[in-house]
Amino acid sequence: MTVKETLLLTLGAVFAVLVVASSIGLYLRLRLPAGYSSATIDNLNTRIKAWWWMIVLLGGALWLGKWGMIVLFSFISFQCLREFVSLTHTRRGDHQALVWSFFVFLPLQYALIAIDWYGLFSILIPVYAFLLLPIWEALGSDTTRFLERAAKVQWGLMICVYCLSHVPALLTLDIPGYGDRVLLLVVFLVLTVQSSDVFQYVWGKLLGKHKISVTISPSKTVEGLIGGVVTSTAVGAALWQLTPFAPWQAALIALCINIFGFFGGFVLSAIKRDRGVKDWGAMIEGHGGMLDRVDSISFSAPIFFHIVRYWWEP
Amino acid sequence: MAFENMVAGAICGFAKLLTGVRAIWRGSQPEGRQRVYFANHRSHGDFVLIWASLPPSLRRITRPVAGADYWLATPLSRYIGVSVFRSVLIDRSAKASKEVSPIAQMSGALSQGDSLIIFPEGTRNLEDGLLPFKSGIYHLACANPEVEFIPVWIENVGRVMPKGAVIPVPLLCTLTFGSPMRIAAGEDKQAFLNRAREALSALSPAEE
Repeated sequence: MTVKETLLLTLGAVFAVLVVASSIGLYLRLRLPAGYSSATIDNLNTRIKAWWWMIVLLGGALWLGKWGMIVLFSFISFQCLREFVSLTHTRRGDHQALVWSFFVFLPLQYALIAIDWYGLFSILIPVYAFLLLPIWEALGSDTTRFLERAAKVQWGLMICVYCLSHVPALLTLDIPGYGDRVLLLVVFLVLTVQSSDVFQYVWGKLLGKHKISVTISPSKTVEGLIGGVVTSTAVGAALWQLTPFAPWQAALIALCINIFGFFGGFVLSAIKRDRGVKDWGAMIEGHGGMLDRVDSISFSAPIFFHIVRYWWEP
Repeated sequence: MAFENMVAGAICGFAKLLTGVRAIWRGSQPEGRQRVYFANHRSHGDFVLIWASLPPSLRRITRPVAGADYWLATPLSRYIGVSVFRSVLIDRSAKASKEVSPIAQMSGALSQGDSLIIFPEGTRNLEDGLLPFKSGIYHLACANPEVEFIPVWIENVGRVMPKGAVIPVPLLCTLTFGSPMRIAAGEDKQAFLNRAREALSALSPAEE
């Protein structure tokens, strides 16, 4: 099978799952007595509807290949960085550093991935942005909470740009005997991690009793976490044919990225709680902001990238 | 007027695209009632965002109150300020305010049935929080006791384009519209100013 055929088949399967999910959502809504409505079921249905759009967008970008992925993830990074900085306290003196983050480092990071310059895209933000941004901020001559502000801008760039850019960066990997099928690594990563989010939500709603941390997230439960990670590890293992991995390797890698994905959501929830908000934004109906949807991808993508790069690239 | 409406629509569309502005109506609804919206002031873009977040039918009857010296400075700003946004322009020089009282100018606009957007801090505030209110809002409320005063907290606009900046940062802005308030019978100046200022600052998100 060619890459495109595999891609079509996988997307077809995902759409079949969405059809089932939409039917269940519709059934749950119709089962309610006339005149009643349930916030949980309404939220479920808006979430499913948003999933249709997200899968169509991702599928379209994958279909277009490298440039589709670069454009889609530049946009996702841009939107996430907007949401992150909007909720973070910055001052007048940070303006220059923010302009550089949005209009220089973000496009440059993706341009470097597009031209496959691993040596620079892997250090652009951790080295160059890390050193240059505080210089501009110091030139703003405002020392109020200086370290805190410099750290926030750097953190936003790391989470929203550097980490997320490792998804399209998967396409730069050169794995012997795998060739242009690297595109399917993106499918493996996104399906595994996002299905983990979905299954955590489903298991949490069905069985959830013991909250992991009431102070950080009222909706994350031990039952949801274990059920979600186990189920989506099985999903990852089942997708092994898309990858250069053996089934047991696929399962182990899926377990690893699911755990990181969970803690991605957990850490970003801690920031949201500290800022006193529930969601990063309101862009995706039912899900909140863009960053709410990709927090788990942000934490798992660089780990996945480096696992594959270390063990599969000669 | 049709062309001015298109220019206004384009400016609003651009502002929305740039700032992702989201209006939260907390305690009031976008209705055709006559109102005075009073907001915190961080940048020249403030009134555009308030304007952009109102439904089009309300935009046409809502006029910003602004300083004449700024808006009459160039032909372009005069066109935008006067023709597009139909600003009520206040001459801030001491001589002029003796001739035509700003309160009479604003009341005049209200008596034509329009709503107003005012910034009671009187100037752009480049720091956090709110400056003390100028007494204008009190005199306006005394002269128009039947008009609803609605506090509007603008979050982040000042950070998109701080004073002196050339390139805007594309942050997401939120506008929170609060509950309507009116001047109470016999309420003195300081009491009303404090009450209005507290109503506005209550809409700001908690700061650490």
